[in-house]
Amino acid sequence: MTLLDFVRYQKHLVGTKIGCREGDCGACTILVGESCDDKVNYHSVTSCLMPIGNAHGKHIVTIEGINGTNLNIVQQSFVDQGATQCGFCTPGFIVALTGYCLNDHLPTRENAIDAMNGNICRCTGYKSIEKAATSINENLKLRNGQDPLTFAIANNIVPDYFKTIPGRLKEIKSINKDSEKIKKVAGGTDLYVQQHDTIVHEELDFILDNSLLKGITQINNSCEMGASTTVSEMAHSPVFIKHFPALKNIIKLVSSTPIRNMATVAGNFTNASPIGDLTIFFLALNAQLKLINGDESRVVALRDFYKGYKQLDKKPEEIIEKIVFELPDANDKFNFEKVCKRTHLDIASVNTAILLKMNGDEIMEGSISAGGVGPVPKYLSAASEYISGKKISIALIKEIIEIAQTEISPISDARGTEAYKRLLLSQLIKAHFICLFPELDNKKILFI
Amino acid sequence: MKNIDSFTHTRGESVYLDDIPVLVGSLYGAVYGSPLAHGKITKLDLSEALALEGVVRIFTYQDIPGKNQIGGIIPDEPLMAEDEVHFNGMPVAFVVASTKEIADAAVKKINIEIDPLPIVTDPRLAKKNGSLIVPPRTFKLGDSENAFASCKHIYEGIAETNGQEHLYIETQGAYAIPSENNSIKVYSSTQGPTAVQRHMADVLAIPMHRIEVDVTRLGGGFGGKEDQATSWAVFCGLAAFLLKKPVKYSLNRMEDMRMTGKRNPYTSDYKIGLDENLKIKAYEVSFYQNAGASADLSPAVLERTLFHSTNSYFVPNVTATAYSCRTNLPPNTAFRGFGGPQGMFVIESAIAKVAESLGIDASVIQEKNLLVTGDEFSYGQIAESEAGACWNKASAIFDIETLRKEITAFNSKNDLFKKGLSFMPICFGISFTKTPMNQARALVHVYTDGSVNISTGAVEMGQGVNTKMVQVAATIFSISPDQIKISTTNTFRVANTSPSAASATADLNGKAVQIACNNILQRLKEVAATKFNCSADDIKIENEKVFVNNQSSEMTWKDLIGEGYLKRISLSEHGHYATPGLHFDQSKEKGHPFAYHVYGTAITTVTIDCVRGIYEIDSVKIVNDFGTSMNTIIDRGQIEGGLVQGIGWMTMEEIVYDAEGRLRSNALSTYKVPDIYSVPKTIDLEFLNTQNDNLAIFKSKAVGEPPLMYGIGTYFALRNAIKAFNPNSGIGYSAPMTPEKVLLGLYHSKNV
Repeated sequence: MTLLDFVRYQKHLVGTKIGCREGDCGACTILVGESCDDKVNYHSVTSCLMPIGNAHGKHIVTIEGINGTNLNIVQQSFVDQGATQCGFCTPGFIVALTGYCLNDHLPTRENAIDAMNGNICRCTGYKSIEKAATSINENLKLRNGQDPLTFAIANNIVPDYFKTIPGRLKEIKSINKDSEKIKKVAGGTDLYVQQHDTIVHEELDFILDNSLLKGITQINNSCEMGASTTVSEMAHSPVFIKHFPALKNIIKLVSSTPIRNMATVAGNFTNASPIGDLTIFFLALNAQLKLINGDESRVVALRDFYKGYKQLDKKPEEIIEKIVFELPDANDKFNFEKVCKRTHLDIASVNTAILLKMNGDEIMEGSISAGGVGPVPKYLSAASEYISGKKISIALIKEIIEIAQTEISPISDARGTEAYKRLLLSQLIKAHFICLFPELDNKKILFI
Repeated sequence: MKNIDSFTHTRGESVYLDDIPVLVGSLYGAVYGSPLAHGKITKLDLSEALALEGVVRIFTYQDIPGKNQIGGIIPDEPLMAEDEVHFNGMPVAFVVASTKEIADAAVKKINIEIDPLPIVTDPRLAKKNGSLIVPPRTFKLGDSENAFASCKHIYEGIAETNGQEHLYIETQGAYAIPSENNSIKVYSSTQGPTAVQRHMADVLAIPMHRIEVDVTRLGGGFGGKEDQATSWAVFCGLAAFLLKKPVKYSLNRMEDMRMTGKRNPYTSDYKIGLDENLKIKAYEVSFYQNAGASADLSPAVLERTLFHSTNSYFVPNVTATAYSCRTNLPPNTAFRGFGGPQGMFVIESAIAKVAESLGIDASVIQEKNLLVTGDEFSYGQIAESEAGACWNKASAIFDIETLRKEITAFNSKNDLFKKGLSFMPICFGISFTKTPMNQARALVHVYTDGSVNISTGAVEMGQGVNTKMVQVAATIFSISPDQIKISTTNTFRVANTSPSAASATADLNGKAVQIACNNILQRLKEVAATKFNCSADDIKIENEKVFVNNQSSEMTWKDLIGEGYLKRISLSEHGHYATPGLHFDQSKEKGHPFAYHVYGTAITTVTIDCVRGIYEIDSVKIVNDFGTSMNTIIDRGQIEGGLVQGIGWMTMEEIVYDAEGRLRSNALSTYKVPDIYSVPKTIDLEFLNTQNDNLAIFKSKAVGEPPLMYGIGTYFALRNAIKAFNPNSGIGYSAPMTPEKVLLGLYHSKNV
């Protein structure tokens, strides 16, 4: 059962709304509080995609759990700015922004908007909502470094009972997970979209909170990341922030905040979508996957993981334990590009990543990946091989584009025609070089 | 005044269809829709589905006691298919089960065999096949054929607009509860409670007086719940009526997207002629409307396309013909603008084509041809124009000269990014174009404690109409808005309502409230006059105090009500309003169909990323003709929301049907509406305030639909940016302008 169905139809808490049941509208946004030391950290999720199996031991906060006698600053700002019209999306926005008030992000316009980037409103045109966010930020500026939750309770952003939550969560005993069950669910953000009708009746093993599958560690130049690492955890990891200067902008192109709070990196790999953003990202990094099955384990390169459309080099009983890859260093250049109909919270028409290991103006080793251009997430092996060992030049870019075109086989679908996807990949390869080599003549690259 | 619903909205306490507590024993429904878009049903096998534990009954057309018919304008739409199916998703059977999950599972177990027939999705092909919903209609002014002879510049072309999914965040749904004596109460997420009542009466073969339709509010409508909410309610009503059990059906998103119609797509041919001064002298246009499989509201949508075919311009010689073409898609329907935007896009394309061909800015042509008061529309009504006032105010206040210079400078300096600018003037007629629909009623009760309860035919769907109704009553009675409660929209309290549509809901229902309140007030004044021994004209109520000859008395509003009760006057009133002066003769296609027009001008600037083909909307600067806005916060919200919805239609919202008539963009993952990042960085809104007499409630002009058409400006700003990069681009006039079209346009006729 999804958390959404549980709160609406078992607990009859109907403030949480159903808009799409696939994580694309945010009407069902709920906060999840997890114990961490003596604190509880809250993040937003779309409850339509969260199995209740992942709620164990956590504080689940619906709009009803936020309501006090009076409106909180989030609610009051929405009222004052006329930021609610039909009202159906409103609880989702209120919950998302109340969650924002509970975390320690600086109260900037950008952060407030990021907090509600998974929420769709069809009535307002968002301007009044932006104004409400500005007014919320004015209030949060008074926080001055105080603990956000303490501040939130003191200022009636959330009710007093939040104080009791850390203690109450400690009293919840962990349960023995039945790892015999073959079907494993991590974040659930893909399974609950693709298999919504059937998965709720299946016996499942919930592995999202399995501590053996968590953690991001750096060993020399190498990074090891647990398979159940969520996209948000990856985005906030100091290791990633240090080695991928453009990380923030890249992550912003991947889904939405509440989905990133649930979706795992390995889930993106096993989903096997030809267009998986993180798959394309890690293909360029030549990530290796450690697969385990009981005591047995083996390593397979992500590049070799895809055998055909939605076909993996993975037995059903195997799971990905960790992802290992070499971190880019100061001489390396990395870039990720993605274009879709709507820039954010959309599936790419084409996406691509590139890693270039440089020595001066010579490319020691190059690696380019592309999604949306064939049945599997594509490592452009011929283009990558060709570029390695060459000096950077406009002529080289032209050659790479031509080789890439021979390696791909896009089809026309709802995300674009074949002709468009071909043109788009060429453009995005140009974009890689325009971003990574600002010293080159942009105009010449554009008109290759 | 703030929206009266905003307190409960922000607390998640507002009640929508799916939030109504269900009665014990309620059953749940699901529709089985045709898997094919066209064909003859040879076999329908329900046995496997019926065998599923928990399935109570499966209804087909054979179970209908009355007529299997829900067509609103023309009786051409069965509730359930009989021997033929006409679109993919057309209801064939209605499963009722003990839970929603079982109903959904049973739907998957229904087997059907269909002999396929040819599938037509292209309206031009349908027209060629002679497959029209209604006979074509032509609006004519002057003599366009001869006028072209005197034109210096003549251009022809094709312009196309795609459909648009309403994407109300609350999906369609209904909950029907049977009651004694063959009566039914139905909760429906509908903009048209009377339509639900009327069609349910026909289907069940019972009188309308037995059907109570109740609507608290909708989680968005936008036209999509005007006619298309009916079938779900009738399904529930049918099952509840026959099973004597409450039945609920709240559609999931994919069902909703697959089975409901959308904004009508159009493809159109135009020919435009201008004289040497760039005055438009002649315009001929043929609209091919994609109606889908049945009429629904398409004939009315078609009519409004004709009414708005010349947008905000005076054209002395017009021949506009429109064809409503029957295709194998779900019946397309009302959507904010109701055919107006589709008509306006064509003349804007025609003007853009002339401008691009002559190498001038389209705004030069637009400005020279704006309507002035006294100009005649092609349908005979005489304009009372604010077009020039809006245009001039926008140009001045937003400093168009500086804006243009900045854009020119930016484009000359940047290779990777280009900016584009457009003007979009609008002119939108307010009233139902079907004259008899321009009537409304309101029921006002004043209770002995002084509190007031109002019922109207208006359905609250986020547009703030209930707040405006409170304002009307509070103003007339001069009492606090807290004393006034708006009740649900209910066919037992207010009968024979027009749907909440055509931007006219606040005007029509507000005037009915005004009439009812004034009548009660007059009676109260007479009571007070008797007490104070003066004339009723000497009595005034201000801030809940009775004034006699402008002197405050001791008597409060509450005292006066008490006195009125003792004197046995009626403290209730049923007000009726019909818009005066409206007429339209369809045999001549001439008349005065609109109470008034709303005007406005939007200036849009965009920036295109010429590497990736993606874009941002920098700003939209609007001067809108509000008359005298009675609620600026609500009206601003309507403008911003309508604009963004229009931008969505013109940019990222792309409906994709395949050749088999299957909807490919069938979920929020494949159909994208604007999110918070994709809206214009700034929306500047200036109010054109006028005191002119008009038929709007408190002179506050309608704001529901007109702003959607400002979004059309984004299309043309993007075109202009593409042309700044590639002046030779042969990009056609086809909306939406997706990133795909932009990129292909940028590199059109260039080698990859």
